[in-house]
Amino acid sequence: MSLADSDRELVVEELGRDPTPAEEALFENLWSEHCAYRSSRPLLSAFDSEGEQVVLGPGDDAAVVALPSSDDGSEATYITMGIESHNHPSYVDPFDGAATGVGGIVRDTLSMGAYPIALADSLYFGDFDREHSRYLFEGVVEGISHYGNCIGVPTVTGSVAFHDDYEGNPLVNVACIGLLDADRMITAEAQEPGNKLVLVGNATGRDGLGGASFASEDLAEDAETEDRPAVQVGDPYTEKLLIECNEQLLDEDLVESARDLGAAGLGGASSELVAKGGLGATIDLERVHQREPNMNALEILLAESQERMVYEVEPENVDRVAEIADRYDLGCSVIGEVTDGNYVCRFDSEAQRASEESSGEQSEPRDRETVVDAPAEFLGDGAPFNDLPAEEPTQPDRDLPEVALEEAFDTVVGSPNTASKRWVYRQYDHEVQVRTAVRPGDDASLTAIRETGQGLAFSSGADPNWTDAAPYEGARAVALENATNVAAQGATPLAAVNCLNGGNPEKPDVYGGFKGIVDGLADMCSTLDVPVVGGNVSLYNDSATGPIPPTPTLALAGTKEGYDAPPAAFQGEGTLLLVGARALEGDAEPRLGGSEYLAQFGGSDRFPELPSDPAALVETLADVANREETLATHDVSHGGLAVALAEMVTEDAGAAVEIDAPNKGSAAELLFGEQAGRVVIETTAPSEVREAFDGVAPVYDLGDADDSGAMDLTVNGESLTYDAADVADLRSIIERELA
Amino acid sequence: MTVAVIQFGGSNCDRDSVQALEEIGVEAELVWHEDGLPEDVDGVMLPGGFSYGDYLRAGAMAGRSPIMEEVKTAAEDGTPVLGVCNGAQIGCESSLTPGAFTTNESARFQCEHVYLRVENADTPWTRAYDEGEVIELPIAHGEGRYEIADDRLEELEADDRVLFTYCDADGTVTPEANPNGSKHAVAGITGDRGDHVAVMMPHPERVALADLGHTQGQGVLEGFET
Repeated sequence: MSLADSDRELVVEELGRDPTPAEEALFENLWSEHCAYRSSRPLLSAFDSEGEQVVLGPGDDAAVVALPSSDDGSEATYITMGIESHNHPSYVDPFDGAATGVGGIVRDTLSMGAYPIALADSLYFGDFDREHSRYLFEGVVEGISHYGNCIGVPTVTGSVAFHDDYEGNPLVNVACIGLLDADRMITAEAQEPGNKLVLVGNATGRDGLGGASFASEDLAEDAETEDRPAVQVGDPYTEKLLIECNEQLLDEDLVESARDLGAAGLGGASSELVAKGGLGATIDLERVHQREPNMNALEILLAESQERMVYEVEPENVDRVAEIADRYDLGCSVIGEVTDGNYVCRFDSEAQRASEESSGEQSEPRDRETVVDAPAEFLGDGAPFNDLPAEEPTQPDRDLPEVALEEAFDTVVGSPNTASKRWVYRQYDHEVQVRTAVRPGDDASLTAIRETGQGLAFSSGADPNWTDAAPYEGARAVALENATNVAAQGATPLAAVNCLNGGNPEKPDVYGGFKGIVDGLADMCSTLDVPVVGGNVSLYNDSATGPIPPTPTLALAGTKEGYDAPPAAFQGEGTLLLVGARALEGDAEPRLGGSEYLAQFGGSDRFPELPSDPAALVETLADVANREETLATHDVSHGGLAVALAEMVTEDAGAAVEIDAPNKGSAAELLFGEQAGRVVIETTAPSEVREAFDGVAPVYDLGDADDSGAMDLTVNGESLTYDAADVADLRSIIERELA
Repeated sequence: MTVAVIQFGGSNCDRDSVQALEEIGVEAELVWHEDGLPEDVDGVMLPGGFSYGDYLRAGAMAGRSPIMEEVKTAAEDGTPVLGVCNGAQIGCESSLTPGAFTTNESARFQCEHVYLRVENADTPWTRAYDEGEVIELPIAHGEGRYEIADDRLEELEADDRVLFTYCDADGTVTPEANPNGSKHAVAGITGDRGDHVAVMMPHPERVALADLGHTQGQGVLEGFET
């Protein structure tokens, strides 16, 4: 890949001359789809990112959101939210690709002045039956485990989905939440000409050259061998030191602005930092601490070596920053300063050679060669957007398979998509930092924010079956499901970030599907009044096996008072109510579109209609979940009611459930339809729950929980019985296969 | 009574340990390893994490760092020392305690809650419990399989130096209840210098904060309250 001719013309026109090789490479990377969102930016205005809780919306390394204050006059507490994809690197090298994805999103958190407190990973692979999918799955999970565990940030939630269209291009989406006091917040907006730019962290090598442009093309068939040099290798030990160093730099108030070095390396981070402040910089590239000899200007500028941050520091604080970096055994170099001119990079190849030969002794610069001299804002924002043709997706006709109920139950509950993900989260340290009040395996995690006395619920995911069947409706359902997950813990949604993954946008049907997920996610988030404060776009997830399903990962956080939440398991003492089921209420037809049932048995259907007032549903659910009489709550979504009920069975508690509604739908439709925005509630005060949802969402009486340790399920006269061991056996496929 | 919680580069349960100790009323301070052990400390905790990134072997480099010489001297003088998880690996690597913690039988990192049987309730770290009592603590490690020569382990057992073994909910030691393949299901042991020195792989500090609803680990940390 090289700079497109049309882009080159723009550059020549702006600079009034031909670009230097370093400039050409910088423009190529910064104007890539990965960095400049050229095909997606026109769509992203659909998202509503405003809200009184939003301190800083999209555009910085991470978004900043205020936690609801307790009005006691204490200093406000903020969280940061960020999400990023590491899709192509994870295909080429699953372990290092996924590991460095964690590292990147954590540094995005640091650069706001926050301490990372929670990670979520949403992962998507080809069919679980394929050996190659398993290889990627195992490698990715191991990479996340290795990196996240080592840096001491708990991975508390996430999702895993299998769909054959990810075979040639898996997705690795990583979200991070950080915590900070209001007065510690910094941004990636350079403040003042004359301040020094200080690079702290790992030495720069030739790793990850051209990663941003690599992420902006389809994966070639030989990518596993050809593109390996574009994948960076992570060092979580250095990242942990960087976290602690960053914390001390902020404790001592030494940082004016900060940006992590990610895509397009030093060139990307430093130019974006000064561009945001409407400023420029002069950078002497030979001052960058390096780990390989004979690096040229272009390599120093664009290498994506990991665990590096660039800080804007007032001149009088530079020595102290260097001392602190040294305490944490981190490299530190003063590479230049903020100016009010162009973004200028100079390179003294003789000084470089001299310093390499005489063990770090830096000679005073003589005539440096200017290798980059361009307006920072033009570098960052000059790329023209693409106006691409989109073909609107259509929903399929109804064509349902005939399957015996027991076979259907065994297959759907036993599918890797709905199976227990314990094999995954057991490899993640989810309890370090002693804030984890609800562990993985529930609808959402709950993290104790002792600074405010609040619980922070966190849910992340998407369902490729849904958005494959109906991009717009499926994405609405993804947003509602994440909100329902959080509300099931008694938390009220606060804000969300999204990771929008699509195939090659130059294909009109792919772009049409991508547009569908953008609009669907945006519309439901607006309906729920959840500001979408940031995100990431990953296009060109396309390979010889075709495009991925459009995949809108949403990572949504909510808050509640205190750290208690109802479990997602039967307690054996209450009445079971199903809230939000439109088909059972008879006000929408039962549909199986997007279901695991159809994914397993073939056939097609339209996507189910969602509740008519999702905002009121979520708000009421958060209220009901916090009532003392509420013994358990569980979101109904992937795999439908069958899976939700099965997941609630324990050795000590079960239920007798009867649904007799033949005129509302077949047993298969009622059990396996995946309408989002439904929840099973076990309560000792059923009439109060009905009252709370009156006029909000339909409530259906499913039966009673008991201490049988088994589920007796009768639907339209057909009965099934499964005890805890049967269910555990069905749901253990991942553990069984990969043990 | 002040406990020094030693921070190596890569320690990550250091602040958790301070919080947990303070929860039970024990004063604790973070001590950066290069700053050396303060003279007036009354206890030392080696917290979990990945000191030096676990490069070479878990705990190997921290175990040979200068501050560990000071910790060993303090231990000789009777100062209580507790190593948890990576701290346990450091304890064994520095010969504060016998044996070694090596790669889990599963060859994977495991984060989960396990049951432990209290084998000897007559040590500072276990006197809050009864012998044979079953407690639930979390583990989070990739290298927690206890290894030692058979005859040496028999000696340790004969000398009542095993603190905890992995067991099932009923207190029975079974292969299935042993999460990492530890020899004789050993989860924690005392040091050669006396039972005021101990290491264990499970994390008592993670179940010590009342607001998270589990406090069964407090009893271990109470060992510092001499």
